Amino acid sequence: MSGDPILKVDDVEVAFPVGRIGRRSSILGVAGVSFEVHRGETFALVGESGSGKTTLARAVNGLQAISRGTITFEGRRIDGLARQAMKPIRKRMAMMFQDPVGSLSPRMTVGDLVTEPFRIHGLEDRNLKDETARLLALVGLTRDFANRYPHQLSGGQARRVGVARAIALNPTLIIADEPTAGLDVSVQGEVLNLLNELRERLGLAMVVITHNLHVVHHIADRVAVMYLGRFVETGETEAVFQAPAHPYTAALLSANPEPDPDKARDRIALPAEVPSLLARPPGCEFHTRCPWAEARCSREVPARRDVGGRRVACHFPLAPGARPPPRKERPHV
Amino acid sequence: MSEAVSEPPAARSGYLKAFRRVLREPLGLLGVTLVVLMVFAAIFADVLATTEPSRIAPRDRFLPPGAEHLLGTDQLGRDLFSRVLHGGRIALSVALGATGASLSIGIVLGLIAGYGPRWLDNLMILVFDAIKSFPTVMLALSFVTLFGPSLTAVVLVVVIVNVPGYARIIRTQTIALKTAEFVTAAQSMGASTARILRVHILPNVVGPILILASMDIPVVIAIEAGMSFLGLGVRPPTPSWGSILNDGFANIRETVWIVVAGGMPIILTTLGFTFLGETLRDIFDPRLKAR
Amino acid sequence: MTVLSVSDLNVSFSTEEGRLLALKNVSFDVPERRIVGIVGESGCGKSTLINAVLGLLAKNGRIDSGSILFEGRSELTSLGPAQMRALRGVRISTVFQDPMGALNPVISIGQQMVNIQYRSKRSKAEKIALAAEMLKQVRIPDAEAALARYPHEFSGGMKQRIAIAMALMMEPSLLIADEPTTALDATLEVATIELLKALQEKIGCSVLFISHHLGVIAELCDDVVVMYAGEVVERGTTRQVFNDPRHPYTLRLLECDPARQHERTRHLPTIPGEIPDLRRRPEGCIFAPRCHRRHAACAAAPPDIDVGRGHVARCFLADRPEPAEATA
Repeated sequence: MSGDPILKVDDVEVAFPVGRIGRRSSILGVAGVSFEVHRGETFALVGESGSGKTTLARAVNGLQAISRGTITFEGRRIDGLARQAMKPIRKRMAMMFQDPVGSLSPRMTVGDLVTEPFRIHGLEDRNLKDETARLLALVGLTRDFANRYPHQLSGGQARRVGVARAIALNPTLIIADEPTAGLDVSVQGEVLNLLNELRERLGLAMVVITHNLHVVHHIADRVAVMYLGRFVETGETEAVFQAPAHPYTAALLSANPEPDPDKARDRIALPAEVPSLLARPPGCEFHTRCPWAEARCSREVPARRDVGGRRVACHFPLAPGARPPPRKERPHV
Repeated sequence: MSEAVSEPPAARSGYLKAFRRVLREPLGLLGVTLVVLMVFAAIFADVLATTEPSRIAPRDRFLPPGAEHLLGTDQLGRDLFSRVLHGGRIALSVALGATGASLSIGIVLGLIAGYGPRWLDNLMILVFDAIKSFPTVMLALSFVTLFGPSLTAVVLVVVIVNVPGYARIIRTQTIALKTAEFVTAAQSMGASTARILRVHILPNVVGPILILASMDIPVVIAIEAGMSFLGLGVRPPTPSWGSILNDGFANIRETVWIVVAGGMPIILTTLGFTFLGETLRDIFDPRLKAR
Repeated sequence: MTVLSVSDLNVSFSTEEGRLLALKNVSFDVPERRIVGIVGESGCGKSTLINAVLGLLAKNGRIDSGSILFEGRSELTSLGPAQMRALRGVRISTVFQDPMGALNPVISIGQQMVNIQYRSKRSKAEKIALAAEMLKQVRIPDAEAALARYPHEFSGGMKQRIAIAMALMMEPSLLIADEPTTALDATLEVATIELLKALQEKIGCSVLFISHHLGVIAELCDDVVVMYAGEVVERGTTRQVFNDPRHPYTLRLLECDPARQHERTRHLPTIPGEIPDLRRRPEGCIFAPRCHRRHAACAAAPPDIDVGRGHVARCFLADRPEPAEATA
């Protein structure tokens, strides 16, 4: 993990216009985000709906225009590139999508699907049959899967086809959007193990988007927690898990309980409503739901600072094992 | 890693499977039989016809069906069976040709309207709506005025009338699929617009249209017959089911057989294609999957 | 009193490629005032089970045998459509994964909540008051004003809470909740589960809670039923099943939950294989092909073995659990 970063995202913003003529304004789906990913590293973006993680992923992949900032891939700036110029980049950066079966064209066979990257980039002189067999073997599927159609695949199998397609042209970076979505618990491990294994074997860098913090724990080296389009905490996975410093991270961790009926219910409960992007709260944007919020939080935007190896945007980062203060009526709720 | 699950092999192609299912339905079987019969008769009209369709034999007028004239003769003594066979050629070639052309144009325009920029879509919808607001007969009259009564006029009318309908349907489906994840996946792989339309969108939107088209063929036949009936289509002595009907109508007091000869093939072909189309539609209706 | 008692239920569907046995000898009870969870993965038959209970099986499905006894006296398998309609929404109500399954997009929610009460003899004003009260219970802010609004004006989490309010308004004896929080974000899920629990205690109804989210089941449910490929492979109280799983599938399922893994591991456990084709059910144990403890006896269908105090597992080795170290 040394050397120049494969991907460098610098102060990126993605704005969406809203409203009709005469009443136009815009909302920020991604409100200023920076991070780096190095070769062989897995970086996770964690957040719930509305956090901007998928928008950010699509922006990195060039599917979404950004309104500010730069995205640099393998030393080359790729934001704002025209489609033709972006095409060769797409050989080196592959994306996997959320719906395992839905991201596969329904009338194409598995063989056609995994070799499509070759055809798109005019590499048809390769022996596509061999490539199909090779790719399927890499993801643990036998040759006869090549003739199946997506609707004949289970969720886990479809996922693997997606992985095979993503690694077809030997990319250096893979962006995986919710790799375990739609999968049963007993097969989640399949995909995660596969991604880990391929990463080691092929030296891939990965950006994983998910809302499941427990999945992140097992697959990512570093993690960034997103809220309303910003990073609230970033750092090494282990550190973030052992002692989350940002209240939102702590709440997310406690929201995915262990399946143990005897475990004490030390749930950190948040008021359920996420603020609308049209009306971002002043000061720290999380203060409307934060159990530790104080007066300062609604006035001042917290600066990002280093806490125990992590970058946290909070006025009062949590000490390890902190419990929320007793619930009191909060005037802003 | 998981082993492959043993499973019955997938059918070679969805279409073959569908075809077999059509044959299992009684109406479907009937429809296919009629269509095949009609197409066969049209292709081999020359061989099957007993005489030349335009040969006039004034002494043999108004003969009822018999050994020498399977469907009888018309007011000029022409063999109706031969006329019907040749008329079938015209009817079917217009039907299939015009429908084929409408489909191709409609699909292309629909894909462009659905996938392209909003302003282009709005423009095309405007044009489609304008065309659809014209009554068919008026359109027919205008074209006849421009091109004279002829097969060309018929075909043009059919195409212009049908294109907006097909284009609209393709457009709606395209818009729905534009945001599908597999299309986004293709974009992220660097696929060109042409490739996305051709490989990813087209195969998934074309199904319902084919069913509609097969149910539209009788309509096209009716348009051709209608125009010929009114004298706006093929000119005599070229036989057309519509002109035979016209002759029959004019001479109804002498014999009923001319009307029968003209009307029967229209009915049979209409039934055939309609049964076929409806059976296809029922087969592809996901709600009726269970049996 | 047992609110719902399912005994030896067998449901099958006729398909083009043969008869599909969706549920085989399913038995479990939902006692009064208890929350019973049904855990299972795709293909386990949970949807079929609910549809069978509600009398909403598709045309090509049928209940081959077994009984569904409701409130100790109504045999649901023999009720006609009209009688089932009388029960649904009143004595048995449902909440689904997608709240829009319960909410009509073109009618205000107040009007919908009044419509639900059509069988009651209350006056219109009283119905409106009850509707507002229910909305307050599910913590919809500004309940009276909310009555006039339409579903699309609410967020996903709120819509689900409204759906819960609608389901509980008539104080049914049984609430069937089918993955009600699966589509919600984690923090929202937590709030919704707590709400459900509070309401259940208040109204005193029983809840049949279907989910694949083990953590939620462990937290919310008193009893749990584990389903696999259309069979109940294990059932008991949540403590019994989660702390002392006696069926290999349950054991492996719990192992696979990433939340259960404390240390970071590069290799997560999985259950190899796939569920079998239910049109060709094997003779013996349905889990045998994927089971790490299978042996010769498993070629025959295993019995339901009671391992104590109502904890039942459908496995020959149910009363001979593996020692803890062996399952690492």
